[in-house]
Amino acid sequence: MQALYAQLLVGLINGSFYALLSLGLAVIFGMLNIINFAHGALYMMGAFCAYFLLHLTGIGYWWALIIAPIVVGIFGMILERTMLQWLAGLDHLYGLLLTFGIALIVQGVFQNYFGSSGLPYAIPDYPEVGGFRGLQGGMNLGFMFLPIYRGWVVVFSLVVCLATWFLIEKTRLGANLRAATENPTLVRAFGINVPRMITLTYGLGVGLAALAGVLSAPINQVRPLMGADLIIVVFAVVVIGGMGSIMGSIITGFALGVIEGLTKYFYPEASNTVVFVLMVLVLLVKPTGLTGRAA
Amino acid sequence: MAEATAKPAGAEILSVSDLQAWYGESHILHGVNFNVKAGEVVTLLGRNGAGKTTTLKSVMGIIGKRTGSIRFNGQDITRASSDRIARLGIAFCPEERGIFASLDVRENLLLPPIVRSGGLSLDQIFELFPNLKERLNSQGTKLSGGEQQMLAIARILRTGARFLMLDEPTEGLAPVIIQQIGHTIARLKSEGFTILLVEQNFRFASTVADRYYIVEHGKVIDGFANSELSANMDKLHTYLGV
Repeated sequence: MQALYAQLLVGLINGSFYALLSLGLAVIFGMLNIINFAHGALYMMGAFCAYFLLHLTGIGYWWALIIAPIVVGIFGMILERTMLQWLAGLDHLYGLLLTFGIALIVQGVFQNYFGSSGLPYAIPDYPEVGGFRGLQGGMNLGFMFLPIYRGWVVVFSLVVCLATWFLIEKTRLGANLRAATENPTLVRAFGINVPRMITLTYGLGVGLAALAGVLSAPINQVRPLMGADLIIVVFAVVVIGGMGSIMGSIITGFALGVIEGLTKYFYPEASNTVVFVLMVLVLLVKPTGLTGRAA
Repeated sequence: MAEATAKPAGAEILSVSDLQAWYGESHILHGVNFNVKAGEVVTLLGRNGAGKTTTLKSVMGIIGKRTGSIRFNGQDITRASSDRIARLGIAFCPEERGIFASLDVRENLLLPPIVRSGGLSLDQIFELFPNLKERLNSQGTKLSGGEQQMLAIARILRTGARFLMLDEPTEGLAPVIIQQIGHTIARLKSEGFTILLVEQNFRFASTVADRYYIVEHGKVIDGFANSELSANMDKLHTYLGV
């Protein structure tokens, strides 16, 4: 049973990253109509940003959680202003090719300087609360041993996902965003600066990817290709969940992480392919994804 | 730009001259000339495809390519972006109503930002359109056609814009709803709003309009005041083919 719980936890951790990344992809797709293939590279940049902050300036994990998404988000907004905005109204294929090219360039530059091996990033050991040193160590839950950092990643990711959902579905700003997704021309004719909103939305989606990168750094190390490996699964998650729905992408992200974890326990040989098998099944039965709207 | 509300009645608020506009490659407007004075209700009449809607959209800045001159309160807005035009105090209610499916009625109502003070309060809006108050939490597109039209008009009254452009507000609606919209327009006019209306239903237009322009083949070919309507009936029948 210990092993089952351990795999479930691994599944939830992976699910956290799937959810944060597919949520960002859904937000970006809704507003910009672009399938953001640069997402994995931006996730990697988030992790590297945390690494640089620590090793060049001594700024630690907690500040990196805030600073890295902002820095990488600004980088994303520059990409949007200088390149992506010119693709508005063109076929999906152009956005896909451009963002894929950006991903290759960014990953290539990082590989050039850092090779392909992982750079370690320690779990933060501060602040000290009670008997715990930061997020290090673990606790015995009775039925399993829970490493604190892993529990933190799952809970924090869930909170960020739900906060993003709340922002988009329940606030005035989110209403502007949803309206602009439906009919940008009319929203602009009401006096709302839609181009600026699009830039900020891309920044938000990119920021979520960078945040996932920071969260992942202590678990998976910091590698130039960390995003390239992950993003393939994330796109399968997005296809299964459907691009249209915010909550759908969150739930699908976590659910597929868990399914993957369970497969690792019950039938390890299939654990790397189960997501893709599900993708094929969903595509056969409901091509728009489980929660998606027709394009 | 506070003079929008302070303009004396009769001063020219909108003047359009030699307006040409294109949808992609197709040349739709070939030199449209007309003006609207403060406090007036002016109606553009014409057959389907004459260029009435394109004229409104050009004024609003949502037609890609436009040349000529559009002046609002003395300011040249020919090449301004539509969000800037909206913030100068022009509000647009599109023919297809533009109610958002992913927003509930309250969110639809609150969507257009306030561009200046002096807009209607929510209470005043609910007094004009009591139906909306009961349906605040419904999805926008679950409303009936008439309610959607009311919502489309209501949401631009909040913004403080005093110049309204309504594109066929009565299209496809039941007579009793058309009557309600007629009362609303009359009420808005009495409160000093200036309204540029596009209508196919000239019987409805005649109940609210001060002046008419006839649009044909992308040009304004005639214009007369409401008082001259009966004298122009024969011409009008020819123009509109009714």
